Formats: sequence, C-alpha cells, structure tokens
Amino acid sequence: MTRARLISLLGSYGVVLALLLLILFGWARYDYFLGFFNISSVLRYNAMFALVALGMCFVIMTGGIDLSVGSTAALGSVVAALASPQGAWTGLGAGVGAGLCVGFINAILVTRLKIMPFVATLAMMLAASGTALLLADNQSVSVSYESGFTSIGQDNFLGFPIPAWIAIVAYVIGWLILNFTSTGRGVLAVGGNEDATRLMGLPADRIKFLVYLASGGLAGLAGVILASQFGAGQPIEGVGWELFAIAAVVVGGTLLTGGVGSVGATLAGVLLLGILFNVLNFENGKGWISLSAYWQSVIRGLFLLVVVILQAKLSSRGSVAARDY
Amino acid sequence: MTDTARQQRLSRPFDPFDFMARYGTLIALVLLILFNLVFTRNFATTQTLNVNLTQVCTIVIVAVGMTLVIATGGIDLSVGSLMAISGALAPMIFLGKIVPIENIYLAVTAAMIISIGVAGLFGLFNGWLIAKFRIQPIVATLVLFIAGRGIAQVMTNGNLQTFRVPQFQWIGLGRILGIPVQVVLMALLVIAAAWILKRTVFGRQIIAIGGNERAAALSGIAVSKVKLVVYAISGLCAGIAGLIVIAINSSSDANLVGMGMELDAIAAVAVGGTLLSGGKATIIGTLLGAMTIQLVRYTLLANGVPDAAALVVKAGIIVLAVWIQQQGRRA
Repeated sequence: MTRARLISLLGSYGVVLALLLLILFGWARYDYFLGFFNISSVLRYNAMFALVALGMCFVIMTGGIDLSVGSTAALGSVVAALASPQGAWTGLGAGVGAGLCVGFINAILVTRLKIMPFVATLAMMLAASGTALLLADNQSVSVSYESGFTSIGQDNFLGFPIPAWIAIVAYVIGWLILNFTSTGRGVLAVGGNEDATRLMGLPADRIKFLVYLASGGLAGLAGVILASQFGAGQPIEGVGWELFAIAAVVVGGTLLTGGVGSVGATLAGVLLLGILFNVLNFENGKGWISLSAYWQSVIRGLFLLVVVILQAKLSSRGSVAARDY
Repeated sequence: MTDTARQQRLSRPFDPFDFMARYGTLIALVLLILFNLVFTRNFATTQTLNVNLTQVCTIVIVAVGMTLVIATGGIDLSVGSLMAISGALAPMIFLGKIVPIENIYLAVTAAMIISIGVAGLFGLFNGWLIAKFRIQPIVATLVLFIAGRGIAQVMTNGNLQTFRVPQFQWIGLGRILGIPVQVVLMALLVIAAAWILKRTVFGRQIIAIGGNERAAALSGIAVSKVKLVVYAISGLCAGIAGLIVIAINSSSDANLVGMGMELDAIAAVAVGGTLLSGGKATIIGTLLGAMTIQLVRYTLLANGVPDAAALVVKAGIIVLAVWIQQQGRRA
C-alpha cells in the first residue's frame, strides 16, 4: 500500500468516522434523534445538496470546479415548476433538461474554448441566474398541485422519502461509474495529470465534457426536488449551494487539485454538514444552550477549517517528494 | 519596454487578438460611452456620472485587493463576508453598544479603525492558512466565506442596525470639492495599488510569485510573507467597502452586506485583463473592467432591459473578455 493510498483512505474513513461519532452523540443525547420522523426529514432535505455535491465531486476529481450549480438548481426549479402542469414526468424532464443545457454550455466553454473552469462556470452562474429570473418574472413560480408533481419531493416510497431514493440511486450509479468503467478511471486520470492522460490516448476532453454535463444535469435534478418539495420554483434559491457542495466534497477528502476522490465519502461529507445543523437544532431544543441558526455557518466554517488543516498536514507528511517545493 | 522588445513588437505582423487583449476593455468602455451619448437620454449629466461612480466604487475597492491576490495566483472568496463583518462591527462601536464613547468623533474614528483592522486581521488569517499550511486559496478563503457571514450574523443576532450618524456616513454620503468621498477614496486606493504594483519591489515580487512561485522562492523572495500581506490588503479593502455600503444605506444588515461581492470583484479583475492564473496584473485594467461591467448594466437598464437580462449579458462579457485574452496570449 503506497502512502498516497494510505492518505486517501485516511481522508475517506476520517469523514465516515466523524459521521458515525456525530450520529452516536446525537443518539445518546436526544430522544428522537434516530426517530423515523427526524431521519426522513434530514434525508429529504439534504437529498438536493447530495445530488449537487455528487456532480461537484466528479468535476473536482478532474481538477476543475463548477460554480454554476446553485443557480442551475434555481433555473431547474423554475423550469420544472413551469412545466409541472403537464405532469410529474414532464416537470422532472424539463428541470433536468434545463440543468443539462447549462452543463452543456459549461462543457463547451471548458473543453472547446479552453476557458478556465472557474471563470466559465462563474459566468454561467450569472447567466443561469438571469435566465431563471427572466423565466420566473422575478418571483417564485407556483407548481401545479394536480399533476402529481409535488409527490416527487413530498411522498415516500417503501416508507422512505423519494428524494432520498433518487439521491441513493444517483450515488450508486456514480460509484459504479467511477470504479468500474473506463470513463470513471479516466476522470481520476485527467485530474491526476491531464497531459499524461492525453499522451496515453485517453479522450481527456470527452471525459471533462461528460463531468460538466453530469454536474449540470444533477443540479437540474436538485432543482426539480426543490420545486416539488416547497411547492414553487425559486429563482433566487441556490445562492451559496456551490460553495456548500465544495465544502462537502472537501470534507469528504476529495482533493481540490483533482486525481483523488471518493463518491461515498462525498455523501458522508454532505450528511456530516447536514446532521451538524440537525444536532444544533436538537441542542437548542434541550434548552441547555441557545444558539441561533446563525451559528450553523460559523460551525460549518470551523469544521471545514479543521478538515482542511488536517488534510494539509497529512498530505505534506505523506508525499513531500511528490510536491513541487 | 526596452528597444529590442519594441523592435520585436513592431516587426511582428499585426495580431488582432493581441491588440484586443491589450486595449479591448478600453475600447469597449469608449464605445459604451459613445453609444450612451447618442441613445440614452440625460446621459451626459453629472448626476449620471455620480450614480455610476458611487455604484461602482465598492466593487472597485474590493477588486483592487482582489487584483493583488489574483496576481499572486490566488483568489479571495471571503471578501463579501469580511464586508459583512466590518459593516456589522462599526455601528456596534459608534452606537456605543460595546463600550459607550462620549465623543462622537472619537467613537466614529475608533469604529472605522477597529472594523477595518478586524477585516484586515481576517485577511491575514486567510494568508496564514495559505502560506503556512499550503492550502489552496479557493478552499482556505472558502472557510471565511462560510463562517464570516455567520460571525457577522451572530454578532448582530441577525438584526438590522439602523443609524443616523452624519459623522460616520460622511464616507458614503459626503463630498470633497463636489466629488463623493468614496470616489476620492477609490481613486486614492487605485493610484496607491497601481504604484505599488508597478514601482515597488513588493509589487514586482507579487507578480513574480504569480508567474512562477518556485522560481520566486528560489530567487530569494519571502513568498509566505508577500502572500500574508496581499491577503491582509484584500481584507482591509473589503473592510473599507463594507463601511461605505452601510454608510450609504444608513443601516447594516449582516445578511446582505457584501453578498455576491466576491464574484463581482473577480469579474472586474478578469474583464480588466489580469490573468486569473497569476503573473500579470493591471490595477487600471481592473478599474476599467469594473466600469465597463457597471456601464453595460446601466446602459441596459436605462434602455428598458430588465436587470435579469443584464446578468446574462454580463456573463457573456466575462467569457468574451477572458477568451480574447487567451487568444492574445497564445499568439
């Protein structure tokens, strides 16, 4: 086992361990923490973030970044809400389609025009947000309650929230693609060393194209869930989602430089940040301390800080030789 | 430019991309102004000038710090949150919520110095993470992007702080010789930063680090120290901008002050011609970039195009500007 592998394992299992400890803490301290209602509401709410983070995880593994996911989700929610009177499936398809469109443009900008991912997706963040506002006429768009569209976000399947099912299926597919397909291995290869990947004859541009497309599609799907869960397409939602997703991916041990990453650990990262907020709510309910909701971002920030410092320490100890200086 | 370099330039065939990369922003700005002179009513008035200048001020001030950061090859996502922190802290001090201060001038001075200083310290913290732990700037500043606004919200408990303190609001509403104070402040900062970048050793070190960090370190530049200072400057600039925003609004809302500012500033820097990968930077370009974006938005709004469509246009401009620069660099 090489040191790099050891570090990536530590990074991956560190977050799972932290997640388990947090759940254990919540279970021991609060009565209804592992109750059915709490679990399903946490999963229902965090499914959107999980989908966005999955796409982000793949983009980051190629060494890129996608800042447009938040406003793409907003656009997806607006388009889905507008299409929802035509039926649940039409709404779903329209929202995902809108996301794919944004992802497609991102992909073109990055792979064809060779614009830095940071700038390209920043521009698309503005464009998607503007388009969402234009389509929605600057207000939230109510969804149709007759067509069954709202059941996507609000109903259960086999006693489990449908958004959680969607997220689980997406993560299983993501895991299979990353670990068992040549495209998946190519994602990590491109992130590790793009030039070498090209020289080996792998279709680096096609791989990058696909990850941006997928990220857009997943953000659109998150938007569909958003619209269906809250009964309205919301053009100004999604602000800061991209950074939350990046934080979840980083907490999950995926390096922002690309080439290393894990789908499962990203899910653990999303759940960790989500449950942290849930624990805060329970703690307030106990009445021992009273922390306002504003503390959640401070605590999330601190958490991210601890994780990145630990990662930096681990990687500088692990692979000094591999670094430039 | 040396003589040989000039000769080389002259002997090369004319390259439109290179030309556009150099002067594109300036040309765009001039064209926009001409367009407005012809088509927008009441464009050539001091009021229009003042409206545009005051709106662009805070973006330029933040973007000046951002230009220096980007010149080292970094990025600072935390500027908006730092604006919220300085904007939340200042009223708490001059309204006497922390320690009652009798003399209003003393209170306002203390409020300004302390809140800008605190923003600077947070910037220093960014620099420390980046220099000491070698954390990528985008992740390191993401920490304060998330936590910073939370800190401001916790400080004020999310409440709106309203005030009417002319002595403080002078920085947002006052005038020096008829020119708005924040415009003077912006001009001073732009000149100072341009001078630092062009004429001082420190400025050349910034560029050197952005160009090739390893070579810079090997040639004896104290890379960590330069980075610390650059991020601290970015924090200070954000602190100043935060104060101007709350002074104009007569109120401070930690949930809103500086929201999305990091993206506006980065866009201004990119459109202005600074390479986002570092190693080449122009403060005047950033100023022109911010003004171009502002003027595009103004032009569209003044001619009845909705604000949302202006966002889409802004996105197009950013992509176009960066693409042209890349073509110019390749040639």
